[in-house]
Amino acid sequence: MRTMTAPRTRPLRDPAPSKWGYRWQRWMLTPGVRTGLRIGVPTLVLALAAGAWASNDTNRAMIIGRYDQLKAAIQHRPEFMVAGLAITGADEELASTVTELVPVKFPISSFDLDLEAMRAKVAGLAAVKDVYVRVGDAGALEIGITPRQPVALWRTAEGLRLIDSEGVFAGNVAQRAERRDLPLIAGEGAEDNIDEALALFRSAAPIAERVRGLVRIGNRRWDMVLDRDQRIQLPSEGPVAALDRVIGLEQSQDLLARDVALVDVRNPNRPTVRLQRDAVAATRNAVTTGANN
Amino acid sequence: MRDLYETQRAMRNVRKAAMQRGVIAILDVGTSKIACLVLRFDGPGRLAQVEGIGALAGQSQFRVIGAATTRSRGVRFGEIDAMQETERAIRTAVQAAQKMAEVRVDHVIACFSGARPRSYGLDGAVDVDSGIVTEADISRVLASCDVPDFGHDRDVLHAQPVNFALDHRSGMADPRGQVGNRLATDLHLMTVDATAIRNLFFCIKRCDLELAGLASSAYVAGVSSLVEDEQELGAACVDLGGGTTGISVFMKKHMIYSDAVRMGGDHVTGDISMGLQVPMQTAERIKTFYGGVMATGMDDREMIEIGGDTGDWERDRRTVSRAELIGIMRPRIEEILEEVRARLDAAGFEHLPSQQIVLTGGGSQVPGLDGLAAKILGQQVRLGRPLRVQGLPQAATGPAFSVAVGCALFAAHPQDEWWDFDIPAETYPARSLKRAVKWFKDNW
Repeated sequence: MRTMTAPRTRPLRDPAPSKWGYRWQRWMLTPGVRTGLRIGVPTLVLALAAGAWASNDTNRAMIIGRYDQLKAAIQHRPEFMVAGLAITGADEELASTVTELVPVKFPISSFDLDLEAMRAKVAGLAAVKDVYVRVGDAGALEIGITPRQPVALWRTAEGLRLIDSEGVFAGNVAQRAERRDLPLIAGEGAEDNIDEALALFRSAAPIAERVRGLVRIGNRRWDMVLDRDQRIQLPSEGPVAALDRVIGLEQSQDLLARDVALVDVRNPNRPTVRLQRDAVAATRNAVTTGANN
Repeated sequence: MRDLYETQRAMRNVRKAAMQRGVIAILDVGTSKIACLVLRFDGPGRLAQVEGIGALAGQSQFRVIGAATTRSRGVRFGEIDAMQETERAIRTAVQAAQKMAEVRVDHVIACFSGARPRSYGLDGAVDVDSGIVTEADISRVLASCDVPDFGHDRDVLHAQPVNFALDHRSGMADPRGQVGNRLATDLHLMTVDATAIRNLFFCIKRCDLELAGLASSAYVAGVSSLVEDEQELGAACVDLGGGTTGISVFMKKHMIYSDAVRMGGDHVTGDISMGLQVPMQTAERIKTFYGGVMATGMDDREMIEIGGDTGDWERDRRTVSRAELIGIMRPRIEEILEEVRARLDAAGFEHLPSQQIVLTGGGSQVPGLDGLAAKILGQQVRLGRPLRVQGLPQAATGPAFSVAVGCALFAAHPQDEWWDFDIPAETYPARSLKRAVKWFKDNW
């Protein structure tokens, strides 16, 4: 005979969720809520804890101090240190000026160097055409300078100045004697026509001993000034060719060695020569006395 | 009927939204149990690419990720009787299934068995204007069906076009694009009590769920437990439930008839309870453990201690033989099957080319039922179990879950219903507006 194993009938259990329990469970199963609980709540707790800890001033100061310390420790590693200054491409005078201009106490961390400002400062010097500033090999602060090459002296109301081939101011000179090697120019607009002036000086090489300089007249044409107050007035068009003719005359007939005050070749068709005042009188005397005959 | 059309269309839209979200719940509101499955849709299934395997009626598209069953409360004859109780039961099932699935479901497809389903076969015919059948023609022919007066307190649950005929050709599944002059259709209309639908609507709404579809459980049981050949050649599915026994007749893969007998397993339990003078729960237990319908000589000797639990443990040690139990159960089951037979006869089941009958549902688990059913319903009787779907727990693969599984298939692959087609333009209420626009166009 078989028996019922559990014949007892208890009151029926109907485990049903309450309406709010059901809603709560559904809410908790919503994907957004699940994600929020999994990620948002831990994040929030961490953020709150961190905020509470950081709200204490000493803690914040400690963090900042620790940070600065760490930063300094890294920045002052020997790999980042700059030990010396190496200036290339400058003469001694310029180098000493630049050294004064760059006030750096070595050794210094390369993080503390403001290379841009340094470069701007050095590039501001008149004698410097171009410059690069970098932290190079072996911890040296390299300043590579391309100096301006002065090609002429320019006499202005303020004094003598050096100018380079682009007509840019490249320094001051106290006396003409300091730079005998450079030709002298003067007059309004002389610095803008430096190429022409240099060509004229090259053409005047045979009489270079006697040339004192070039004067720009009316910002239009050149006068070449020689010693003994001689002057060659050149045209605004084709001055080099005109000068060549004068040089030719000088070489063939010793024109300039004579008592000539002015050679005017402004009009190429009608070159004119003015004699010295005394020469005029002497010539006249000679004619009357017939000395030459 | 217009508002029902709108409701059903709205439910189809909800279903579409649920498909996009990928999670939908299946709710089988039965008399003895409420089952809830949570399905996850992730695109076409892996099997779809393999050559030689068809769409598998859509069951490869989804996976069951949550399943729960609870004892049904407040449901009688498949209809909601005590709303709060049912609501609690639904909540229990849904919550447990959600917990298993670990996902929240908002959309639910429900099926229920009762509410006195009634079947109507409608037909309609229209002339095809353009010579080629278009979707609009199908809408028109569906709208031209002569709807019987089924009473204001009934609602249409299913309205499926089962056949299209174009001129002299019949039996077409999809006449769109074909050339013809006269398009005719047969429509299977199934109505149920409006109050039952309304109650179910209300219950599901009270559970914060949105209804994405409604189905008759007789229909979905047929979908899941009939094999394809049976659906094609003609078969009846008898769903022996707790409070009702649903009948659905399939032919050419369409349900052509549906009915329900308002008797089921609970009545058998009631008979045992009355016959043996034991409480219902004990009777249910005895039925499931020792029940049967064919008595043998052995059963006379097998005594069952029924434990009346009257409180008098010393004297109340009643026993019955299993033969007695079978003697109580068999007449009721016979009665149910006779009633099914009568319904099938009334529907003209004997005219179908194949007369396969498939018994499914929880009541079909009674041992020896197939033998008894063969005597009453005819020789072609088999016991049906639901189709296998991915992820279904072992506990939910029995015949008692053929409705739930069928409803899942229905969710994945619903049949075209009347409300899937647009309302034809000439019956549209905005016609006067259209006419006004036309007048403007003509005159300006």
